[in-house]
Amino acid sequence: MEKLIKKLTETYGPSGREDKIREVIKTEVEGLADEIRTDYLGNLIVLKKGSASEDTKPIMLAAHMDEIGLMITHVDKEGFLRFTNVGGVAPSRLVGTRVVLPSGQKGHVFHEPLKDLKELDLEKMYIDIGAKDQEEAKKHVTIGDIAVYDQNLVNLGNRLMAKAMDDRIGCAVLIMALQEMKNNPNDVYFVFTSQEEVGLRGARTSAYGLNPGLGIAVDVTMTGDTPEAKKMDVKLGGGAAIKVKDSSMITSPLVKDKMVEIAEKENIKYQLEVLSRGGTDAGAINLTREGILAGCISIPCRYVHSPGEMVDSGDVEAAVKLLVKIIEEKVEF
Amino acid sequence: MLIKELTQVPGIAGREGQVRKFIKEQLSSEPLDLSLDSMGNMYARHTVGETPLVMLASHMDEVGFMVMGFDPSGLLKFAPVGGIDLRVVVGKKVHVGEEKALGIVGAKPIHLQKPRERNKPFSRQELFIDIGASSEEEAKRKVKIGDQITFATKTEFISERVMKGKAFDDRAGCTAIIEILKSKPPVNLCGAFTVQEEVGLRGAGVAAHNVKPNLAIVLEGTTASDVPETPEHRYSTSMGHGPAITLMDRSFLANQNLNQRVIELAEKQGIKYQMRRTNIGGTDAGRIHLVEEGIPTIGLSLPCRYIHSPVSLLNIDDLKNMIDLVKAILKDIAEGGFPLGKTY
Repeated sequence: MEKLIKKLTETYGPSGREDKIREVIKTEVEGLADEIRTDYLGNLIVLKKGSASEDTKPIMLAAHMDEIGLMITHVDKEGFLRFTNVGGVAPSRLVGTRVVLPSGQKGHVFHEPLKDLKELDLEKMYIDIGAKDQEEAKKHVTIGDIAVYDQNLVNLGNRLMAKAMDDRIGCAVLIMALQEMKNNPNDVYFVFTSQEEVGLRGARTSAYGLNPGLGIAVDVTMTGDTPEAKKMDVKLGGGAAIKVKDSSMITSPLVKDKMVEIAEKENIKYQLEVLSRGGTDAGAINLTREGILAGCISIPCRYVHSPGEMVDSGDVEAAVKLLVKIIEEKVEF
Repeated sequence: MLIKELTQVPGIAGREGQVRKFIKEQLSSEPLDLSLDSMGNMYARHTVGETPLVMLASHMDEVGFMVMGFDPSGLLKFAPVGGIDLRVVVGKKVHVGEEKALGIVGAKPIHLQKPRERNKPFSRQELFIDIGASSEEEAKRKVKIGDQITFATKTEFISERVMKGKAFDDRAGCTAIIEILKSKPPVNLCGAFTVQEEVGLRGAGVAAHNVKPNLAIVLEGTTASDVPETPEHRYSTSMGHGPAITLMDRSFLANQNLNQRVIELAEKQGIKYQMRRTNIGGTDAGRIHLVEEGIPTIGLSLPCRYIHSPVSLLNIDDLKNMIDLVKAILKDIAEGGFPLGKTY
């Protein structure tokens, strides 16, 4: 498990630039699937055919491949790079981090001198890639390139820390579920979606194309278990989180209750998640076409969108088990 | 001159009728198939045979106001339709309603303002539109609630290459589509003149759903922030530097494979271009590329200084370069060079 998560989190792949991570995932699922294809938005769609003889609607599982990043907007005369955000990037989390460009060139993110840290915003920040001038910098970077955090995965014992756990951990859960599942009555599409961080975009077009009877997203969620954290009853090590609500979706009780019922029956550790801000691919799937039943299994994650996103191995295992049990049940619509 | 006339037609979001009529007149003598949908999007189809179908999209609506009520004195209450900086509208001439009644955006004169009031901009409640009526009854004879209000700006050259006017966003795009359709390009083309962009990209998604093109090119007006007090790294585009190719905005992340080909074509043909270097704003591209299973989409914008104000500026060379660039793309598609099916 750690090896897979390491490979997934360390691969480059911000929104709209998912080609490398898509190839890595494709290699992992080849041989396990009945059909693999990529659509226009860059979603990787992996089909595992169902065993049920009569007509059933397919289930769509979604985990997004993209990570947040910094798009280069300007290279100045001295060779410093200015940038804008791709997805939710908090300036305070960027200061002093190391990032890597698609060319492989690394850099350090810092800010102009400030009188007060409250003045910190992205427009006052820059990336130093060690270039002596504009000409040298332009050998490594083109306007429109996207930089991402440069961090290796660290095993802390029961917990793993890496960049892009959001949502490569979801991708890992989908891959592990595909490896472990025995029998699925419904056709199941494992969709590794694109452009989630900029507005749930890949999930929308892939859900339209697949028109499933049920959609389940697997994504990270915030926790309330760190010093002085905002009250939230989700914690690391508390099990797979079954989403009740976030700002993109109120989970249909049909789906939520069924997930809880399966977790209870199979003795899988779970917790209920009410997230006050944030959304997942489930929200986009839910509102596609005439409306699609949708739910979300979340992996509790500390420090989301920082270079040190932390998850608990037990929670990840619980999420895999819950997902496998859900798709092994026959779902009627 | 087409752009001069087209920018002077009034048409806020939801009131695009006069713009549509004007464009229709421009195209009616051409061998095009013209149609409308229920939202008011207009389509002009040019068919040549077995080629991919390209949709060019520009929105007809401009930012403006709507009449919301009457004061007993005959002054009009109004609300903005689309994003307008109210600090720049005081004292400007406007056209109200179908008959284009002339009005002025009025506010308390400086003599009557307390020193404290002079230091902050007027709120909408403190502004009104004066059409010279001396009573509510007189005002009501000229205009009614719901009438559109647009800036009464004459479009004219202020230098050899630079025009001033209103509504370059996005009548400049509409002008480009009309010119391109008239040039009879070698591909199947649908010019989509969309509605209600300024209030939330509403018409474009419907249009893309109707047309289902193999490629959509959105032609837009965008901010040019090449002015003092803005450091160079915060310029989004610069006027006179050619059409700007969108990298990303709030609604859209461009497909690098398509953008790369556009850049190659521009460089090969010596057409001036620039990258749009900011992620603010949204355009019809945001809606179109997510329609159904996803539609390949390119965003091109014309840099306009002082956009969304009573007077903005446009360099007509930028417009010409945009038209040339789109024609080059269309020719490339006809010749099979363009990477149409290439995913992100």
